[in-house]
Amino acid sequence: MIKSDRALHILNMATAALLIVATGLVFLYAPTERTMGAVQRVFYFHVSAAWVGLAAFMVTFVVGIIYLRTGNPRWDRIGHSSVEIGLVFTIMGAASGSIWARPAWNTWWTWDPRLTTYTIMALIYVAYLMLRQGIDDPNRRARFAAIYGIVGFISVPITFFSIRIWRTIHPVVVGTGGGDAAQGSFAMTDPMRTTLLFSVFTFTVVYVCLLANRVRLEELAERVEHLKARLLSA
Amino acid sequence: MTQSSRGERLPAANSSPAAPARSAAGAYWRAVSAVLWKDLAAEFRSKELLSAMLVFSLLVVLIFNFALQLDRAARENVAAGVLWVTAVFSGTLGLNRSLSQEKDRGSLDGLLLTPVDRSAIYVGKALGNWLFMLLVQAVILPVFVVLYNQPMLQPLLLVFVVLGTLGYASVGTLLASMAVHSRARDVMLPILLLPVAVPVLVAAVQGSAGVLEQRAWDEISQWFNLLIGYDVIFLAVAYMAFDYVVEE
Repeated sequence: MIKSDRALHILNMATAALLIVATGLVFLYAPTERTMGAVQRVFYFHVSAAWVGLAAFMVTFVVGIIYLRTGNPRWDRIGHSSVEIGLVFTIMGAASGSIWARPAWNTWWTWDPRLTTYTIMALIYVAYLMLRQGIDDPNRRARFAAIYGIVGFISVPITFFSIRIWRTIHPVVVGTGGGDAAQGSFAMTDPMRTTLLFSVFTFTVVYVCLLANRVRLEELAERVEHLKARLLSA
Repeated sequence: MTQSSRGERLPAANSSPAAPARSAAGAYWRAVSAVLWKDLAAEFRSKELLSAMLVFSLLVVLIFNFALQLDRAARENVAAGVLWVTAVFSGTLGLNRSLSQEKDRGSLDGLLLTPVDRSAIYVGKALGNWLFMLLVQAVILPVFVVLYNQPMLQPLLLVFVVLGTLGYASVGTLLASMAVHSRARDVMLPILLLPVAVPVLVAAVQGSAGVLEQRAWDEISQWFNLLIGYDVIFLAVAYMAFDYVVEE
């Protein structure tokens, strides 16, 4: 993805700086929400992590299609890396949601459609990684993974839209300007909106940074394999 | 899919090789029915798949009775759920067998060598798996009527059974053809298939429960639409992706 080590280094530094600023905004700049208090601050990173999870799986979906069209293993590396990162962020989204749900809903977990579909989405990508592990032939592995990444992503939209189709207790904050306060929804003030947008931006950069590093690692591993093979055959 | 050029050279299994194919579409469907017919003929001679699926389904129904301590009220609440768990488990069993048989006997390579469009093989296999699931349901539904005392044999419920099993078999056949190539293949199929098939299952269970509870069509129709939508999407995606699964 990123060719020079220097560019990657700069990206790493910039990502770290952004994360520090975002954390500062969440704790110092954003106002405390009236009814929920300090625990509402988890909202900024919760939304960002969940967004990155979805986006990462979407990247896998898109590069899966490109891989099947072109057969270039580079796209497979990106798809694989993206699933790994997306899974971590999905778990972060669930964990931060749980921390918020305990005081707001009085339970860590509830069998709400949104939560359930979100978990199933995570399981799809666990299955994706297991499928990869179970196939030895690299070409076949890449092809099957691309197909599964495409088929699996079809179930993600319902995760995202289940909040509107089903009766759910998960609040819809973004784009509704308030919503049902009894479910833990609230109207965002401008500093809140700024903090949220900045957090989402920061997490997206974190994702890109991790992806670049992960893909580079994969490329290096492949080069080591090649060198080993050459050394043994010599 | 470009079946036109390759498809026309296909001598259909039951017509003489000299007879020229009338049209590309006709040749395509003859290939599909040849694959389907092969699966049905093999099954009706051995009966190993259907009998396994049936006995397994009955066991699941009975085990649920113990596991959930079903009294009359509970039976009414969970009947739709138990029905679909039975369908899904026995369906997974059937899907696994149908593809691993082909691989073990080497007949999958034979199928792939035939000069037909690969998607015709997929459609034939998927139709076969769908039919097997329906046959199992045809036996299980009356059993449900007796054991669970539920009015299962309603036209609308049968529609949900037909559509739900179609969606499950369509994406299941695709994933099973991938799972047979993996190392732990018997375990792999349910892990791959169950999370992906969730939208179909949710719609099928909710729709069937709605029918059993005699809810109004307005309440059931959204599940019906969701089911139709996912059937179409899964069929289309699997149809397009199957080429890449079997390509070497």
